[in-house]
Amino acid sequence: MLKQTPFHARTAPLCQSHAWRRWAGYVVASSYELSHEREYHCIRAAAALFDISPLFKYSIRGSDAARLLDRVTTRDLSRSQVGQVLYTGWCDGAGKLLDDGTVARLAEDAFLMTAADPNLRWLQDNALGLEVEVEDISESVGALSLQGPQSRQILEALGELPSLKYFRRAETKLRGIPVSVSRTGYTGDLGYEIWVPRDNALALWDALMDVGRGHGIMPAGMLALDMARIEAGLMLLDVDYVSARKALIESQTSSPYEMDLAWTVDLSKPNFVGKRSLEEEARRGPQWRFVGIEIDWDSLERLYTEAGLATRVPQAAWRTSVPLYAAGEQVGYATSGVWSLVLKKYIALAHVRAGWAGTGSTLEIEITVEHHRRRAAARVVKKPFFDPERKRK
Amino acid sequence: MKYDAVIIGGGHNGLVCAAYLARAGKKVLVLERRERVGGAAMSEEVFPGFRFSVFSYVVSLLRPEIIRDLELPRHGLHILPLESTLTPLPGGDYLVQWNDHDQNRRELARHSLRDAEAYDEFGLVLHHMARAIKPLLAMAPPDPTSLDPREWISLLHLRSFFEQLGKERFHALHKLLTMSAADYLDEWFETEALKATKSASGIIGTMLGPRSPGTAYVLLHHYMGELDGVFRAWGFAKGGNGSVSAAIAASAQARGTEIRVNATVEKVLIKNSRANGVVLEGGEEIAADIVVSGADPRRTFLGLVGEKHLPSELVDSIRRFRFRGASAKVNLALGELPDFTCLPGPGPHLRGAISISPSVDYLERAYDDAKYGEISRRPYMDIVIPSMLDPAMAPPGKHVMSIFVQYAPYHLSGGWTDAKREALGDAVVDTLSEYAPSLKGAILHRQVVTPADIERIVGLTEGNIFQGELSLQQMFFLRPAPAWSRYRTPVRGLYQCGSGTHPGGGVMGASGRNAAFAILGERQ
Repeated sequence: MLKQTPFHARTAPLCQSHAWRRWAGYVVASSYELSHEREYHCIRAAAALFDISPLFKYSIRGSDAARLLDRVTTRDLSRSQVGQVLYTGWCDGAGKLLDDGTVARLAEDAFLMTAADPNLRWLQDNALGLEVEVEDISESVGALSLQGPQSRQILEALGELPSLKYFRRAETKLRGIPVSVSRTGYTGDLGYEIWVPRDNALALWDALMDVGRGHGIMPAGMLALDMARIEAGLMLLDVDYVSARKALIESQTSSPYEMDLAWTVDLSKPNFVGKRSLEEEARRGPQWRFVGIEIDWDSLERLYTEAGLATRVPQAAWRTSVPLYAAGEQVGYATSGVWSLVLKKYIALAHVRAGWAGTGSTLEIEITVEHHRRRAAARVVKKPFFDPERKRK
Repeated sequence: MKYDAVIIGGGHNGLVCAAYLARAGKKVLVLERRERVGGAAMSEEVFPGFRFSVFSYVVSLLRPEIIRDLELPRHGLHILPLESTLTPLPGGDYLVQWNDHDQNRRELARHSLRDAEAYDEFGLVLHHMARAIKPLLAMAPPDPTSLDPREWISLLHLRSFFEQLGKERFHALHKLLTMSAADYLDEWFETEALKATKSASGIIGTMLGPRSPGTAYVLLHHYMGELDGVFRAWGFAKGGNGSVSAAIAASAQARGTEIRVNATVEKVLIKNSRANGVVLEGGEEIAADIVVSGADPRRTFLGLVGEKHLPSELVDSIRRFRFRGASAKVNLALGELPDFTCLPGPGPHLRGAISISPSVDYLERAYDDAKYGEISRRPYMDIVIPSMLDPAMAPPGKHVMSIFVQYAPYHLSGGWTDAKREALGDAVVDTLSEYAPSLKGAILHRQVVTPADIERIVGLTEGNIFQGELSLQQMFFLRPAPAWSRYRTPVRGLYQCGSGTHPGGGVMGASGRNAAFAILGERQ
């Protein structure tokens, strides 16, 4: 039997579609309504509420807490401030990504780490000889993500929302319920993630839905989230990259440089797992790049017209590997794609050989039209595809 | 300072035309009479905290190629889909057309099992016809009587699309072009509310009833609304329809277009039968190689140009061009959501359109009143609650309701007065209250816009929302006049780009785009 999140008693009756999916051993809604489209638009025009409790959460405390995190992640955590949240990846000794997530500094000697995969053993193994305690608090803490232009107003109506900058976190109370709020999310929009002890989870859900009603709030599922995260250019473990922990062959692994995460790698800090390999890679340059691509509409339309059909675009995000070509040979593969409802563009995230990965580089993508494999023109574009000002403002 | 092109009127078509000309490297100036651009596609905070799409209120016909070419999403356009149509019925029942196939089928089957099955087939036939007609939207309409080889090429091009249709569907298209919406739908369906609600899209903006011949085509015209490659998809622009204009204006400006507001053009400057600029109210002259008018045909030819510069056949045609505005708007600021007796409480049905069209007879009776110069006692209404999709349109928990009303004839017996305007508002609120009794108590502010108001404020002749009726005798190569349907005019250097030209109105932008291509094609 799959585990239920602390919000399941509320999400289950709302799930009209009966469309559920697995996430880290939990069952979560794919969409609540029959179609996920409205839920998606709420992210961009109103407010959407996601149950993100299945994330793995680790409490890391002790005088060496910062030292441990500095040792395992690629970012410089010793310089992070209390209340700051950092996005980071972490690598194996060969400089290949194991996972990615956020690290929030709660106090000088206390951090909260989120991850897509279990990382307890790995953290503990790396803590050998350090004054630090790592605790898996995944099950005892519920998490909600409130995303969309109305999200700030909803939280303000529920209590004193400290004026949080982008990627900051604070303790507060929402309608009297003690919670942590971080201005983070997986949508590339204005939004917050709210962390609450399991016992208070339902009261928090009720408060948010109650006040949210006047702001057009909707509970939203993973299908809507997937569309938004692709528009935001955010990668997903097991979809866009494979953890070095699970890779069967070396070519399945990816380094932070290959995943367009050079900005998260701080080679100036003393030592961290994978540093030597990453230094070398930085010197010679990565062989692959993780890029955004845009599929040319006219080219796509031509393929459909030839088949006697009106142009079709996918109704939901896809997550299959799709070949990319240039000069007649395969130079990469797209791993997720979506028809962006807000941009009115067909976009995808892709691994492309460095030589073909420059912005503006023209490629071809395989498109199946009426059972036949065809190729449509595509172009490398800058990520994120969608980046509204309100996200940081 | 001399411009390559001056555009008269900053409505959405004028702006689209400007943006395309600027994209081709032309130096363009847009002159708008009002204090803001947008024409009838504009949003305004009419009542503190409540934003209304005062006139036009939905998006669908806006051509996807314009959205792409002008990068409108990058300039702020976000279209939120309207996902259903609720038709409340007098006895307490209702009909909802849902987007979800299963949900829709189940609801239709509640009324008629036959209709539930016919619905899919009907959709397929319209899909094919919309595909056949669609290319026509993006071209200057070829005149079958013309001797110009370019028009022959267009005609041959068209023929290939019709050939794709096949014989059977071509015959169906002929029917669609000639029948009334009610008769056409009678061939398909038996549920009154379904026929009435569908036929309503055949009468929108037009002084015709659902039983008037020719209305079936307008049905198809509205079916061609397209979002994300799907026909018959309607949406609502975040921030109201003013955001459509704002996005086009921003795109035009990003390409170097200048926009001047509070600049009323009085006359087109014509020398040796060639347009070479405009004169503003107050006497300022602006020189330009070409002048493009986004105003409707009557204003353009009989107002801005003047009869003396025009051949008499054209003057006659324009005089006969029918406007006869028939539609009004009632915009309500609401303290709470309306509660419909047939479907009590808030729910997804309030996120779509609500159509007051219980039967074809009801619509035809509404037209009967208007035929004799009266406001419909029980009008047809197409209602949306934009704040359900975009909460920023109203304060938290409060709402804006946009009610499109027909018929409110421009030629009202006794003419439009303040009292008549309020009488129209009362007829609308009273009729709607029969279905949602709590509505009256929830109204915080009411704005009524009559065809006379539309003419006065936006400048659309006789308040016709399409710059001239979308009826067959004034469409395609006859819009706005025979021989002058391809955006040109008898005055060299003067062009038309408003929805009074092919393919017509509905915040499509196709006229503006086609005009720009016609201009660029001739001048390069």
